[in-house]
Amino acid sequence: MSALAHPLAANLVQSVDWLAIAPPTLTAVVGLVVLVADLFVPEAKKPLLGWVSVAGLAAAALLLLPLLGHDRSTFCLTGTTRACSYTADRFTLIVQFLVLGGALLTALLSVTTLKDGKRRYPQGEFWFLLLSSAAGAALLPASRDLATLIVALEVASLPAFALVGIRHGDKRSSEAALKFFLSSVTATAVSLLGISFVYATTGSLYLTQVADRIQHVDGQLHTLAQTGVVLTLVGFAFKTAAVPFHFWVPDTYVGAPLPIAAYLSVVGKAVGFSGLILVTVVAFPSYADVWGPALAALAALTMTVGNVAALRQQATRAYSAVRLLAWSSVGQAGYLLVPIAAAGYTDDAQKAVGSTVAYALMYAAVNLGAFAVAAAVARTERLNRISDYRGLYARNPLAALLLAFFLLCLAGLPPGIIGLFAKVTVFSAAVEAGLGWLAVVMAVNVVIALYYYLQWTALLFRAPEGEPARHRLPAPLTAALALTGTLGVVLSGAPQLVLRFAATGLF
Amino acid sequence: MIDISESVMQFLLALIVVGPLLGAVAALLPAPPGLKGKSPEQAVLRHGVTVTGVILIAAIVLALGFDRGHPSRMQATTDISWIPALDVRIHLGIDGISLPLVVLTALLTFLCALYSYFNPPAGGPPKAFVALLLVLESGTLASFAVLDLLLFFLAFETVLIPMYFLIARWGGEGRTRAAWKFILFTLLGSVVMLLGLLLIGIKAGTFDMVALATDNGRSLTASVQVIAVLAIGIGLAVKTPMWPLHSWLPEAHTAAPTVGSVLLAGVLLKMGTYGFVRILLPVAPDGFRTFAPYLAAFAVVGIIYGSLACLNLARRGAQGDLKRLIAYSSVGHMGFVLLGIATMTPTGVNGALFANIAHGLITGLLFFLVGGLKDRTGTTDLDTLAEETGAALYGKAPRLGGLLAFAAVASLGLPGLAGFWGEMLALFGAFKPAADLSRPAFLTFMAIAALGTLLTAAYMLAVVRRVCMGAAAQEVPKLADVRSYEFAAWTPLVVLTVVAGLWPKALLGLTDPAVQQLLAGGIR
Repeated sequence: MSALAHPLAANLVQSVDWLAIAPPTLTAVVGLVVLVADLFVPEAKKPLLGWVSVAGLAAAALLLLPLLGHDRSTFCLTGTTRACSYTADRFTLIVQFLVLGGALLTALLSVTTLKDGKRRYPQGEFWFLLLSSAAGAALLPASRDLATLIVALEVASLPAFALVGIRHGDKRSSEAALKFFLSSVTATAVSLLGISFVYATTGSLYLTQVADRIQHVDGQLHTLAQTGVVLTLVGFAFKTAAVPFHFWVPDTYVGAPLPIAAYLSVVGKAVGFSGLILVTVVAFPSYADVWGPALAALAALTMTVGNVAALRQQATRAYSAVRLLAWSSVGQAGYLLVPIAAAGYTDDAQKAVGSTVAYALMYAAVNLGAFAVAAAVARTERLNRISDYRGLYARNPLAALLLAFFLLCLAGLPPGIIGLFAKVTVFSAAVEAGLGWLAVVMAVNVVIALYYYLQWTALLFRAPEGEPARHRLPAPLTAALALTGTLGVVLSGAPQLVLRFAATGLF
Repeated sequence: MIDISESVMQFLLALIVVGPLLGAVAALLPAPPGLKGKSPEQAVLRHGVTVTGVILIAAIVLALGFDRGHPSRMQATTDISWIPALDVRIHLGIDGISLPLVVLTALLTFLCALYSYFNPPAGGPPKAFVALLLVLESGTLASFAVLDLLLFFLAFETVLIPMYFLIARWGGEGRTRAAWKFILFTLLGSVVMLLGLLLIGIKAGTFDMVALATDNGRSLTASVQVIAVLAIGIGLAVKTPMWPLHSWLPEAHTAAPTVGSVLLAGVLLKMGTYGFVRILLPVAPDGFRTFAPYLAAFAVVGIIYGSLACLNLARRGAQGDLKRLIAYSSVGHMGFVLLGIATMTPTGVNGALFANIAHGLITGLLFFLVGGLKDRTGTTDLDTLAEETGAALYGKAPRLGGLLAFAAVASLGLPGLAGFWGEMLALFGAFKPAADLSRPAFLTFMAIAALGTLLTAAYMLAVVRRVCMGAAAQEVPKLADVRSYEFAAWTPLVVLTVVAGLWPKALLGLTDPAVQQLLAGGIR
């Protein structure tokens, strides 16, 4: 009996590499702990929950360290073919670092927002939702089968809907959440349909197996496979806020609490582009002639629409600062898509997508920094108009200098050297792939974007209207600013730190 | 001239590039005890003079230590890997082509800092002014000292933000529009240039200018060269500026503060022409040959267009602005520089480089003088200045009038002054262009350009007549004549203009061997 059962059990029960899955797992566990602890913590001690979450995210990020340099996989098929659902390779670790770091900075921003917001935010739920979403986002880059990808995408998205609408008694907030929810769910449904087509044609969900089998699809099923490939991209394109899946962005960003807008602009995009990379480069490399041009067109459209809309923002309109950041993040998403599209045209696809990863790391640091300054300003200027930033230098020189630096990084002009070189890698990916027209479109977009970034920057140093009122920045905000500022400055001195991902294989 | 060890030379060159940047950071920090001066404003302006002075001394020592026996060899070279992922190396070095430009930049920036110390510009805090001036200096010096295409691009972009703020904050009427026009034009040009640089770097496998120049375009196919030259050429032509991409220049000059105009004309424009010589000529000769006749044609149109625009502005009743007039004259002068480069001959390119320096000295001086005139009379409008009979500067402020006449005459290319040699050599080059360029076409260009020199003489003399001469009415109060700090800031330019005019070999001896080698294929 036992002799018979043993091989069967070995087949069904496999050991799990707990260390490999530790970063997302720890994040999820801390989330649960915070949710439960919320029941027992008295009102006065609630801020403690925030600090526990911050510590949990930091610990999860630290757990990436022992994974460096090893390609660990777990949840594998046992049998003749080797395919795993969870892989912690270089790509995974970099994106997980981005996601967890982004969530950590979001948490730092949120501590202040929750404190200022008094009772309008349910604290336990807030932290639980943020951590669950971060856990999903950290799981996504590690997923190597389509089912896990979709599950991770949903785990990352569903709490985000709730976070957008979490403000009690705020109509704008709940409307934004509903808009975000409905459009996102539609996109995911389309993705699922695509995945089902792919499964129907290949009979597997594992990315490597799909890549293998989709090359030899029956002639009759060829169209089905092609449709499947395109539809699968939709869900992820939605998360990156690529045009025409971008319309939810401005209203959602304005309606959401500011730290959540920051979170969506960085971690949400990371989810989208890492999913896109996995699906295109790992699962469907043989269909590059389908997704390559599609993504190139998407990239061109996204950056143009985003930048032109950002250009049209009026400085005096309510919430125009957040709106501008929202539209500019759409424009930036376009740049992120360029190397992925280029991967469809070159032999060295890994190197091309490395440019996306490098750009995303730069973008994450400086965009979160810009949001941190916006959060600081929003404490006194509720409407957060761009015109409220006039004379910020007189009120708070350091915040103004940092915001100027972040904006110039986003624009890609010195002194934002890292922004400049990140753009150069994206350009060079496009040129190397022979996508000259896309490079030219991007060049024009860089100029358009410069106009609104520099306009905002120039405003910071104008003479303020009225007496400048100085405010002390709360500690968590200062920490977030210091962290992003240091990152930006260090990277500007040593761009190799992130750009090296653009030169080597990631998988 | 004097023997300085290579490592000291390396240090000096690195200091020249990085020093102003550190100085800019220091300018933003509060002054340390002992250096507080009379007031924070005075202290920071003095800081600017000190830093630019140190950089000027370093540049002069570098020039003295430069081995004049081998000006075609890269000297004081540093080569460190910076971003291996993009193959970007911090590769610095100077040869006979870049050395004069480095010294000119250091000199002009120092003179500007000195001028601003005694005559602080109005419009913003001096702290920011000094910091921006120093960043600007660092960017220009870096673009002449780097030998890596992407670093050149970085340096090229570094000057944009400081210049934007200098115009937008410290400028005169219409400054916002002018500053925007300046930065958008230049940026659009430079991103297109980046695409060309990337194309060259990716196809040739290196971004190193020395390696690329030695290769002389052999590893680049003709079509790649043509596309790259077109893309890079557009970027550089906007900066130079070449007609018809010049329209940002007159506005920027008119609106910029005196110091901004001096630096814009004196050194920023040189980055464009320097790029033509340093990058396009040696790296993609075949592509350049394709476009050389067109470049020459545009250059000649620029010469004539600039002169005619100036003549029109110098007319009575045209409401001509003196600064705008000098800006248009720059378009003409840079036309000669481009014509010289387009001939692809040693004579023409040497002439272009000479005209480059001469234009920096003379136009820098002219903008200083007009700035001084504006301080005294409050206007740069020719009609307001000249009224009915003429401004009679000779009578009201004889020294200022004399200097203005001197600068105007130098600018029109009087033999014996710096402006003469460059334009003459450029015309000589066009008389006998490189073997595979159409000679008849270039002869035509030469003839038209020669006509341009006549027109230049016409408008410059008209300006002198209207501003310097005239019947001085007795009751009009005299204007303050040249002050001592103005003498200090302007004399070096006057002296160098005369020296370069009388002893052109000092400059040509430096550039000629380097140009010969550049055209023959490669820098050693």
